[in-house]
Amino acid sequence: MTAVLEVSNIKKSFGGIKAVDGVSFDVQEGEILGLIGPNGCGKSTLFNCILGQLTPTDGEVKIDGKIVTGLRPSELNRLGVSRTFQLLQVFPKLSVRENLILAGQEHQGNMVSRLFGPSDAGLSAAADQMIGFFKLDHLATEAAGGLSYGQQKLLDAAMAFMGGPRLVLLDEPAGGVNLTMLGDLKERLAAINREKRATFVVIEHNMEFVMSLCTRVMVMAEGRLLAMGTPSEVRANPAVIEAYLGH
Amino acid sequence: MTAAGKYWRIAIGVAVIAALIIVPMNFNRYGLFILSQWAVMTIAAMGLNLTLGYAGQVSLAQGAFVGIGAYAAAIMTTQGMPLIAALGVAIVLCFAIGWILGYPALRVQHHYLAFVTLAFSTLAFLVFRNEDWLTKGIYGISNIPRPNVLGFATSRPLPFYYFCLGSLGVVSLAMWWLIRSPWGRAFVALRENPVRALSLGIDTRRYTLMAFAIGSALGGVAGTLYAPLTQYIDPVPFNLSLSLDLLMMVIVGGSGFFFGPLLGAMIAVLLPEWLRFTQGYYLMLYAVAVMLLLIYSPSGILGILDRYLTERRTKVASALRAVTKSRLETAP
Repeated sequence: MTAVLEVSNIKKSFGGIKAVDGVSFDVQEGEILGLIGPNGCGKSTLFNCILGQLTPTDGEVKIDGKIVTGLRPSELNRLGVSRTFQLLQVFPKLSVRENLILAGQEHQGNMVSRLFGPSDAGLSAAADQMIGFFKLDHLATEAAGGLSYGQQKLLDAAMAFMGGPRLVLLDEPAGGVNLTMLGDLKERLAAINREKRATFVVIEHNMEFVMSLCTRVMVMAEGRLLAMGTPSEVRANPAVIEAYLGH
Repeated sequence: MTAAGKYWRIAIGVAVIAALIIVPMNFNRYGLFILSQWAVMTIAAMGLNLTLGYAGQVSLAQGAFVGIGAYAAAIMTTQGMPLIAALGVAIVLCFAIGWILGYPALRVQHHYLAFVTLAFSTLAFLVFRNEDWLTKGIYGISNIPRPNVLGFATSRPLPFYYFCLGSLGVVSLAMWWLIRSPWGRAFVALRENPVRALSLGIDTRRYTLMAFAIGSALGGVAGTLYAPLTQYIDPVPFNLSLSLDLLMMVIVGGSGFFFGPLLGAMIAVLLPEWLRFTQGYYLMLYAVAVMLLLIYSPSGILGILDRYLTERRTKVASALRAVTKSRLETAP
């Protein structure tokens, strides 16, 4: 197995606050790594540092062995690193299909072919396939802003997969999603992981979701790595119990 | 979109185009001047609608680009060069300057960006006024010739109006193409959620600069028509108030709607003329009308239509869902 993502000694401070304080880990190809920890422990900041949305104060990020620290999010995305957001981040005025086409269009051709090529960038079929896969068929032409919260969450996830990414970072994909849809989402993620060999890192507070989906779980507390192991190891770790229940 | 709706839209489009061609045939000189001005201002407003309405970047400099285009046309055609050459120069010049003006937009947004572009607008006005050697300063440039288009002289008002209308047609088609292309989608993404756009591989930096450059180039196109329309230009028409007028056209018509600038320019150029019978009150009435419209519908005239259509669609969709649901429930 090869490491898709290698993170070494990432630090990020905001003024005097050390949001992420020297975190190192790597993620193997095809793995689903869960990232848990109390609110404010630096999970999202770590994500933003990996994805180029924030510039880390110190440390290094490698994708497929290549240093990518300092690359812009759009450049990283075109290297096959995709993400979903904790808060809803769809394009409300575009239809569901348009949202998905948009999510894939920059992954092929160049500026010229995107100007003079077909309006759908040849992605209508791929978008419809994704719509079917996430069971959004009846909503394909609806404006994304009119969807329910859970449906928008599904769309957000679907968008992350349009470019055929190698690595997807999901920030609380289950937050605010009802139980039926949650089961659907988990099943979809597992299927994409199996079939496309896509690698995931998932931030999530829903323990049931994390423990049943992830192959490995990493726990953060106060900006540092607290524990790393299989779901059952992590669940039995006294330091983890302390971090969650003690404070 | 239903098939019937599509045919209706095509029918309305054909009727409007036919009216724009046939009705002005017996207009007087002044009426044709106003209509030509409408076509020219619509082109400039379409450019601003791309920058502001689709890509969400505020600009108070569109009037300056109309000025740059107008001066390029005036200077070159009075030296005996053809208008098409001036058009090329205006497009390239405005595209390049618009691109550069886009750089501040990568750092600042909204009011701050408005101020940066406002400063540029003032700067351009000062150049038009003070660089006598090039622009003849406050004396202006007169005797600007009207072009021959495909062998037809456009020196008379009606042919020149058709020339402006034809140019508007070409620009509209190009714009329609642009906003339906993946670029148009990327521009909207820029407006609606730049952070998400970036995470989907969209080079927001390049698209922001493109939105400015293309929008500004259309201002230049409008300018190259404006100069032969008035046949005399001085710096005054290209001061900040033109930029504000163009901004108003975009917002009143419906920012981010394809047909917004056509309606907005119609209101800004034609309504004051129609209100002339009220004599001294016409500007006041005009101002009140615009204010009331924006209070009622901040998204402009087409915003009202859009709201109505969305409501109707939602009603139809929920009715359909109710039918499906009752069928499912009654199914054995």
